[in-house]
Amino acid sequence: MKSERVAAIVGVAESDLGETPGKTVLQLQAQAAKAALEDAGLTKDDVDAVFTAGNWAWSPPMMLAEYLGIRPRFTDGTNIGGSSFEAHVGHAVAGLRAGLFDVALVTYGSTQRSDRSRRRPPASPQLTAQFELPYGLPTPVGAYALAAMRHMHQYGTTSEQLAEIAVATRKWAMLNEKAMMREPITIEDVLRSRWIAEPLHLLDCCLVTDGGGAVVIASARKAPLAAKRPVWVLGHGETHTHNTIVNMPDLTVTGARESGRRAFEMAGVTHDELDVVEIYDSFTITVLLTLEALGFCKPGEGGAFVSGQRTAPGGDFPMNTNGGGLSYCHPGMYGIFLLIEAVRQLRGECGPRQVPGARLALVHGTGGVLSSTATVILGRD
Amino acid sequence: MPNPWPKPEVDGDSRPFWEGLHQGELRIQRCEDCGRHIFYPRSICPHCFSDRVRWVLATGRGRIYSYTVVHRAQGPFAEEAPYVVAIVELEEGVRMMSRIVGPREEVAIEKPVRVVFTRVDDELILPFFEVLKEG
Ligand SMILES: [Zn+2]
Repeated sequence: MKSERVAAIVGVAESDLGETPGKTVLQLQAQAAKAALEDAGLTKDDVDAVFTAGNWAWSPPMMLAEYLGIRPRFTDGTNIGGSSFEAHVGHAVAGLRAGLFDVALVTYGSTQRSDRSRRRPPASPQLTAQFELPYGLPTPVGAYALAAMRHMHQYGTTSEQLAEIAVATRKWAMLNEKAMMREPITIEDVLRSRWIAEPLHLLDCCLVTDGGGAVVIASARKAPLAAKRPVWVLGHGETHTHNTIVNMPDLTVTGARESGRRAFEMAGVTHDELDVVEIYDSFTITVLLTLEALGFCKPGEGGAFVSGQRTAPGGDFPMNTNGGGLSYCHPGMYGIFLLIEAVRQLRGECGPRQVPGARLALVHGTGGVLSSTATVILGRD
Repeated sequence: MPNPWPKPEVDGDSRPFWEGLHQGELRIQRCEDCGRHIFYPRSICPHCFSDRVRWVLATGRGRIYSYTVVHRAQGPFAEEAPYVVAIVELEEGVRMMSRIVGPREEVAIEKPVRVVFTRVDDELILPFFEVLKEG
């Protein structure tokens, strides 16, 4: 660890998760923000930067800041899908390094599960979407299915290997009382669950839940004043390689190759120094592609890497320790929950699912249709 | 027809493409400066940033880069499933999303395909593809 100390995560919290009928996205974010600031031992008046991502208003940060009664001196509404919040961490570090603010509040909220009964108009086939929407690819799952099929063709990856990820992640969820799905599953269960888009089965896919989260990031000056020991941002990187799945340069290689390399270089750490990793699991294939692109194994070796329940509790590669988007919660853009879990692991707050002595964590978000990636490496003193 | 097929919003970039389908032509673009083909159509070359892009006819032949069999479809496609959506790589080197029509068991990655102009309703013709017999 040679990275300088510029920014630390000092507060994290979820809102209510799962199904939250009657709640709004603003209520969920207010609830999470209040809890995260309490966790940090800071107040609303300490916050001078607001970060959020969503499509529930024409300017989500303005609506949210007004609702919370915050007049920020710095605002970032970057929305690159589920990895937005890992990107926000990187942007916050840049702003803190420049001395533009002292305390950033990052929030997310979604009521997508409760909204399911409402009829939404289908997306309009305009601009570049006109070359994809008429063909009926279900989004996003169909795009991830295309990537999985290509990976299987190129490397012989199997459905059993993808199922290993779902089964291991469920085992972590069984240790997390906040997780939505806590019944054990087997590889057979995954393979016997119904097809959504071949080669992905129902149990290869993330949950659809409501929920919100918040993360408080403080400057090196402010962090020591927080209630808990700081979790330092040691490195970060981000990119996006395409918007629509047809334009992904190689369906088996994600932008994690670049965002991860930059994060590792900045942090000055190596893969085998990491104690715990939290990797966006919108689908099982997302994890497998990310492990390869981040360099935990070679291209094509992701299937072998996750075999034998290696990422499960007790395995030698603890991953997605809250139960992930596959079994804990997934309110649309899940990236903020990866940060929350990594911070709790590094603080030693995770009870039965605690990775003993965790000091270094990697968090990796993936957004869109494997479109955007953002990697964050966190550590404690 | 309670669920009409989603209609592309034809614009200044895409009009020649959609009009070509009604004449049995698969039109793509080629950059006059770097010589590379471009799809989807746009006003500037994403390779060399030249604005000298020109419409050309594609041969309509290519191969399947990847595909999926959609079992759980959304909106207007819900009752149509299962069906095959693919990314086709044309001979000219560009990729496009499409459907593969014909027998399911013939569909595989790298299989050669050719375009089939398919009228899906009164207004819309889409460039679907079918697997070519080998040999
Ligand atoms: Zn060019």
